[in-house]
Amino acid sequence: MSSVSPPTSTSPTSTSSSRLERKVPPLGGFNLTFLLIEFKRRLRNRRTLVFTVVMPIALFLIVGLPLKDTALTAVPISNGGLSVAAYILISMAVYGAMVASTAGGGAVAVERASGWSRQLRLTPITPAAYIAIKVISALALGLLAVVATFVAGWICGVEMPLQVWILSGLAAWLGSLVFTALGLFIGYMVPSENVMQFLGPILAILALFGGLFTPLSSFPVAVQNIAKWTPAYGLGEIARAPLPGGSFDWAAVANIIAWLAIFSIGAALMMRRDTKRV
Amino acid sequence: MPAVSTHGLTKDFGKVRAVDGIDLTVQPGEIVAFLGPNGAGKTTTIDMLLGLSKPDSGSVSIYGQSPRSAISRGLVSAVMQTGGLLQDITVRETVQLTATLFSDSRPVDEVLKRAGILDIGDRRVNKCSGGQQQRLRFAMALLSDPGLLILDEPTTGMDVEGRRDFWSAIREDAASGRTVIFATHYLEEADAYADRIVLVRRGQIVADGSAAEIKNLAAGRMVRASVTGLDQAALAAIDGVDSVELHSDSVLVRTKDSDAVARYLLNQTDARNLEITSHNLEDAFIALTSDDTNTSGKDN
Repeated sequence: MSSVSPPTSTSPTSTSSSRLERKVPPLGGFNLTFLLIEFKRRLRNRRTLVFTVVMPIALFLIVGLPLKDTALTAVPISNGGLSVAAYILISMAVYGAMVASTAGGGAVAVERASGWSRQLRLTPITPAAYIAIKVISALALGLLAVVATFVAGWICGVEMPLQVWILSGLAAWLGSLVFTALGLFIGYMVPSENVMQFLGPILAILALFGGLFTPLSSFPVAVQNIAKWTPAYGLGEIARAPLPGGSFDWAAVANIIAWLAIFSIGAALMMRRDTKRV
Repeated sequence: MPAVSTHGLTKDFGKVRAVDGIDLTVQPGEIVAFLGPNGAGKTTTIDMLLGLSKPDSGSVSIYGQSPRSAISRGLVSAVMQTGGLLQDITVRETVQLTATLFSDSRPVDEVLKRAGILDIGDRRVNKCSGGQQQRLRFAMALLSDPGLLILDEPTTGMDVEGRRDFWSAIREDAASGRTVIFATHYLEEADAYADRIVLVRRGQIVADGSAAEIKNLAAGRMVRASVTGLDQAALAAIDGVDSVELHSDSVLVRTKDSDAVARYLLNQTDARNLEITSHNLEDAFIALTSDDTNTSGKDN
């Protein structure tokens, strides 16, 4: 099998000189094969799949689908109005994307605990390339969660204008980068194999405060006022903004940008601490 | 250009000085054992050679560059004691993944074959034995065809057969001219597989030489006798004598030729109660590396 590549010369001098003429890989070692294997690993994790794909769809089927014929606005569904089911569908897509993104970022905790990140430090890959691979594979998983939830809704007969499907989907997907940053932050902070068991309940609470499970208006005003400062609220607001009657809320955009900044800075600080300590 | 060159390397952990002024130069093609008891500072030194940890003082260069620069060019690779592996992918995927990170790499099948794990390529890593995982780490280390390979206690936890197989793979590989540095606390491993042994104790190098030299250094005998009016210079001049310790009415001689010393003492002096004791290699190792080493015999 190795016949195509004969062993290197037995003369130590010629061998060592050929072994010295080396290049540094482009893009800090970032490459598609690595990305693909990374994404395959995410898909092999059943727990991740259950929380990012199965659960949002199941919640939609249980909570959203029965309200398919309930009008969301004053416009009756028969006149092209939207159903409450559409509202819930988007919320579930946001939920799936945020869990997927957090899991993708949080994967660094597992790799730190197992010593894999230390192993990678013996290869040319740079920290920036490593993080880029984590972020992109998290985005891929988030996209899968959004698409799977939307496809389930579409099959069940949820109707929305095309631009709502596209804009809400994009908002839920790209907005979930906030949670990738959260996952990286916690992943670099907590040395644990089971970081998602710790993050799962936190995400559920954030989703609740974000009005993803029930509309925020069903909570007491005091809770609503606090909830508006939490990251899932901003993400949910933006994802639902394309719905008729929804409005684009700059406060929600500010909310997302602020949390993205906080989590990213936190992740960067924790990462620096991690690579220093040996 | 040396493969490795360190100068005055030190590293503290809190109040403990783990590495205390290591100066080490390794030429290309050498196979060097870094031998010492647990806690001697071997792993800490290796971490600094690989840029995994920063020296408190002193310098490291690998082929004239910083460790990180050498790693990013694939000039040096390592099989670490604690290096983690991803449990949820296969042996082949692990090697494929690692191969993508180098600008030049050997074919995946070739390194799997060299490491002796071509037949278990499709096995998930979490289904592999400790020895197989160690061979996987070895395969990964071969990918960049590095000039220098560093192994940190590579056979810890392997059974006798696994250990022998692992070393024969390493030895076969080193025959191509690769420089190898391995840390071990097994004397037999250092003896059997290294051309040069660097003995470390409490973060310092206490002896450095070929296996034969280290053995001689340590494997001499001690001759003890009660004696008066001894000519110390004459005794020290006998071939093979390493040191002479004179006490009030007795003498202790460390020597490689105990017969010559005994003959001299019995024939030329009034020595009585002559006693000859020998060390085995194990004793010697312990004597050279234990905390209460008698330093008199060390300078050879």
